[in-house]
Amino acid sequence: MAEAAMTGARITVHPILEFKEGRKVRFTFDGQVLEGYEGEPIAAALHAAGVRVLGESPKLKRPRGFFCAIGNCSSCLMTVDGRPNVRVCTEKLREGMRVETQAGKGVLLAND
Amino acid sequence: MRTTEICVIGAGPAGLCAAIAARDMGARVTCVDSGDRPGGQLVKQTHKFFGSRAEFAGKRGIDIAGMLADRIRDDPMVEFMLDSTVIGFYDDGAIGIEHNDALTFLRGERIVCATGASERMLAFPGNDLPGVYGAGAVQTLMNVYGVRPGKAVLMVGAGNIGLIVSYQLLQAGVEVVAVVEAMPQVGGYDVHARKIQRVGVPILTSHTVKAVHGTRVVEGATVVALGSDFRPIPATEEYFHVDTVCLAVGLTPLADLLWQAGCKMAYVPELGGHVALRGEDYETSRRGIYVAGDLAGIEEASSAMIEGTIAGLSAAQSLGHEAPDFEERLATARAELAALRSGPKGQKVRLGIERLMRLGREVGVVA
Repeated sequence: MAEAAMTGARITVHPILEFKEGRKVRFTFDGQVLEGYEGEPIAAALHAAGVRVLGESPKLKRPRGFFCAIGNCSSCLMTVDGRPNVRVCTEKLREGMRVETQAGKGVLLAND
Repeated sequence: MRTTEICVIGAGPAGLCAAIAARDMGARVTCVDSGDRPGGQLVKQTHKFFGSRAEFAGKRGIDIAGMLADRIRDDPMVEFMLDSTVIGFYDDGAIGIEHNDALTFLRGERIVCATGASERMLAFPGNDLPGVYGAGAVQTLMNVYGVRPGKAVLMVGAGNIGLIVSYQLLQAGVEVVAVVEAMPQVGGYDVHARKIQRVGVPILTSHTVKAVHGTRVVEGATVVALGSDFRPIPATEEYFHVDTVCLAVGLTPLADLLWQAGCKMAYVPELGGHVALRGEDYETSRRGIYVAGDLAGIEEASSAMIEGTIAGLSAAQSLGHEAPDFEERLATARAELAALRSGPKGQKVRLGIERLMRLGREVGVVA
């Protein structure tokens, strides 16, 4: 299956659950404008938009996605608004966020 | 520095029940959790619980989280610190807490550690491809945030989690092509297995995943039959066209804090890995640090709640707090725990606890 071809990933009808979505916001993923709901994890918004590859392994450059989705495993590290090593499975989505695939281990900004 | 009487680390079923029990004894409680809401992993459990009424049998986990939290949410004796990750124990007895990128410290006279568990991995080629997700991750994505993990899923593991999450995937409109289980029999409850078998999902016992294929993301998986020696049987490979492989191959206690605190640990496979030696009151070898829930040994949410109650009552009592029903509550909790662990499905846990207590007696942690 093509990476970006996953459509209809949002659950609209469910026998038990009702999903109260936040405000719709726009953010960028490697420069591409995407939409998600405010307050949901960045990884959920990316996944719903068909993005499963969040980064690459430092040595062998193999594609990486999330694994645990609760901030334990660090498989989902990305650069968000210039800050590297953000666990996007728990980091909440905000309007205008700049989400980028991270190359290597990332460099902390001097004033960070 | 911020201080409290009982510091509860983790606001899942065990931690919340520890906080409630300690509060009931009259103790001041601070409950710290890395998540943005109390409930831990209950917040994604859409199925109805079994067990005893005291542990909410018949209720869904998602509702239990709220009901437990409501008992202490507005209590002046209880403080919640959410979005707050405990990062370590410090020499002066304080714990370090990261909140909003800042470090704060909290000193509790007693600590109930209820950090839960993390998911186990399985070794096979392609296990790092995006689309290979832990069962808990799949639940979080679809049951908390309403996003389907994929279109077609291969479930690995037919314990209760694998069976329940398979059913939840079907409820979310996702195809489950098969459930594979390395053991010759289903590990979870029959009632959960039948729910997915009724709608045509095959449960392949004595089978495992041999490899997951794909260039950038999961595109398929090869399943193979296992002999009685658990070795793959040649020429039994079968290919499944899936975009997601869900691993429900067990949990292991999230014990980093206990190691760092210097608690005496033991490897007890029946309890999921390394667990702290502890007494009947769930106090570890390091005085003042208690454990409860999956951290004390992998079981279920129902037993986690009872362990939390026991640890909370005991920790508060050790500080001199009293309640007229203390003895009765403790006895009831112990009886309920024994009932939950009775029967053939509880045998593994019973063996594990026996071993843990024996090791504890050898080094003097248990009287």
